[in-house]
Amino acid sequence: MGELEGFYALWYREIKVFTREKSRIVSSLITPLLWITVFGGGLGSAVSLGGVNYQVYIFPGIVTMTILFTSVFFGLYIVWDKKIDFFKEVLVAPLSRTTIFAGKMIGGTVDALMQGCAMLAFGLVLGIAYNLVGLVTSFVFMFVLASALVSLGLIIGGNMESVEGFQLITSFLIFPMFFFSGALFPINNLPSYLLIFTMLDPVTYAVDGLRGALLGASQLPILLDLMILLGFAAVMVAVGTWTFRRIK
Amino acid sequence: MSALTIAIEADGLTKNYGDLIAVDNLDLRIEEGEIFGLLGPNGAGKTTTLSMLATLLKPTSGTARVNGYDVIKQPADVRRSIGIVFQDPSSDDILTGWENLYLHALMFGVPKEERKQRIDQVLRLVDLQDRANDIVKKYSGGMRRRLELARGLLHNPRILFLDEPTLGLDPQTREHIWQYIENIVAAEKVTVIITTHYMDEADRLCNRVAIIDHGRVVALDMPPNLKAKVGGEIIKLRVRPPRLDSLKDLDYVMSIDQSGSTLVLTVKDASLHLQEILSKIGEVSSVEVRSATLNDVFLHYTGREIREDSGEGGIFERIARVRSGR
Repeated sequence: MGELEGFYALWYREIKVFTREKSRIVSSLITPLLWITVFGGGLGSAVSLGGVNYQVYIFPGIVTMTILFTSVFFGLYIVWDKKIDFFKEVLVAPLSRTTIFAGKMIGGTVDALMQGCAMLAFGLVLGIAYNLVGLVTSFVFMFVLASALVSLGLIIGGNMESVEGFQLITSFLIFPMFFFSGALFPINNLPSYLLIFTMLDPVTYAVDGLRGALLGASQLPILLDLMILLGFAAVMVAVGTWTFRRIK
Repeated sequence: MSALTIAIEADGLTKNYGDLIAVDNLDLRIEEGEIFGLLGPNGAGKTTTLSMLATLLKPTSGTARVNGYDVIKQPADVRRSIGIVFQDPSSDDILTGWENLYLHALMFGVPKEERKQRIDQVLRLVDLQDRANDIVKKYSGGMRRRLELARGLLHNPRILFLDEPTLGLDPQTREHIWQYIENIVAAEKVTVIITTHYMDEADRLCNRVAIIDHGRVVALDMPPNLKAKVGGEIIKLRVRPPRLDSLKDLDYVMSIDQSGSTLVLTVKDASLHLQEILSKIGEVSSVEVRSATLNDVFLHYTGREIREDSGEGGIFERIARVRSGR
């Protein structure tokens, strides 16, 4: 009972912060929208892939990108929480660390999902015809991806002492995860040096899964995508829980 | 003593960080209903002691019982029975005051049917009922402290820990916070443990004070008794040139501290002997007689002063620094 209320409290906080910091929502949607409209629109005027316009082709990749950035940065934000000592107040509560981790993780995942949904709504403008099965499948993919990446962010944030490392993480983790994922290109016929990184990048499977669910244009079996992503998420959640147990 | 219940009992509490001994074999008995002060300079080990008592840090050796619970074996019970107000602001400034309290009530297991009533009650205790629905970002430093005091009390703890409760606040706000702390003790019958490096704060608020230096308790008593241990009043003189030899035979001069032309003497019954001292010491350009303060007590025991200019900066300067790195 106590743990459940504690979990609710942590989640409640994240939702309040999310709905109050509107500038954060808007600014996190600007970059993906620029990718779609400028990059996608510009290149799309000359290129089409997988039987669809390039702008539509990269759309699932850009949805994934939105979730990638929102999720990892949400997790990293506990560095900030630690600084302003709000996190200390949470850590002294008579709650288990598993509950604290779960509350944070689900709070962040819901944040990221809402951003993902905002992006999906924009897909209507591009003329993508959604169907129910496709939408439900996309939610599943977005949820699993977000929970894995929020956990990843929490793991890094939990081990960091200051916000100075954010730039490094953006350059060496988030952008590579995005670029190697096949968000912007098809993953068959890749040169082998690229293929290795692409296959190692867990985000690849989310992009492929979403492309399958939304456009019917996946290059791997969707179930395989989901299995790999679930495996990644399971590892991240486990390591995240372990990390939180070790925070003093 | 026997009629009173013990709130905190520490035996040989020790914390090492590598070679550094932050807290050295500390023994403490704190009775229920006391306002107990841990007074010492920065780095003396006050916050480390507090953190061990609050189960935030594991002691290297030794143990303590808080409200009868063992800090090592029963940390969850200890946590439920205590409230903590941290040195740094720890409320969420995006949320309203009320929401901060509501979150705390959820996390500390305040029963659902009591939550709203209890939140109103603690808000009234710190006079924030009219600002409850404002976002904490709009609060002044003093209001934020008050909110955190209220939050520390929310789950009816039997002990409230206050870590440097007025650090970085202006004198007027500090005076207010002290009044609120006194009101809280009267209204809630809670034991309060304060760490501070402000001697006036310890003097004003605490029934008993433990003076801590280098992780050890160097003196522990009620403030008036501590001051009595200095052994007299303080005479501060500017003399050129000071003739220290002339004071040697005066048995009422308890101690002499010289820095350049300034002399600080501890003198028993100073007003009786001032004339004689002035006639012997040399050419006096200024003289000041005052009763002993806790700072003199600290000086008496350690040979150093508690510096007021800690260089730590106020809490809000620190927020500003953190902010700019956001």
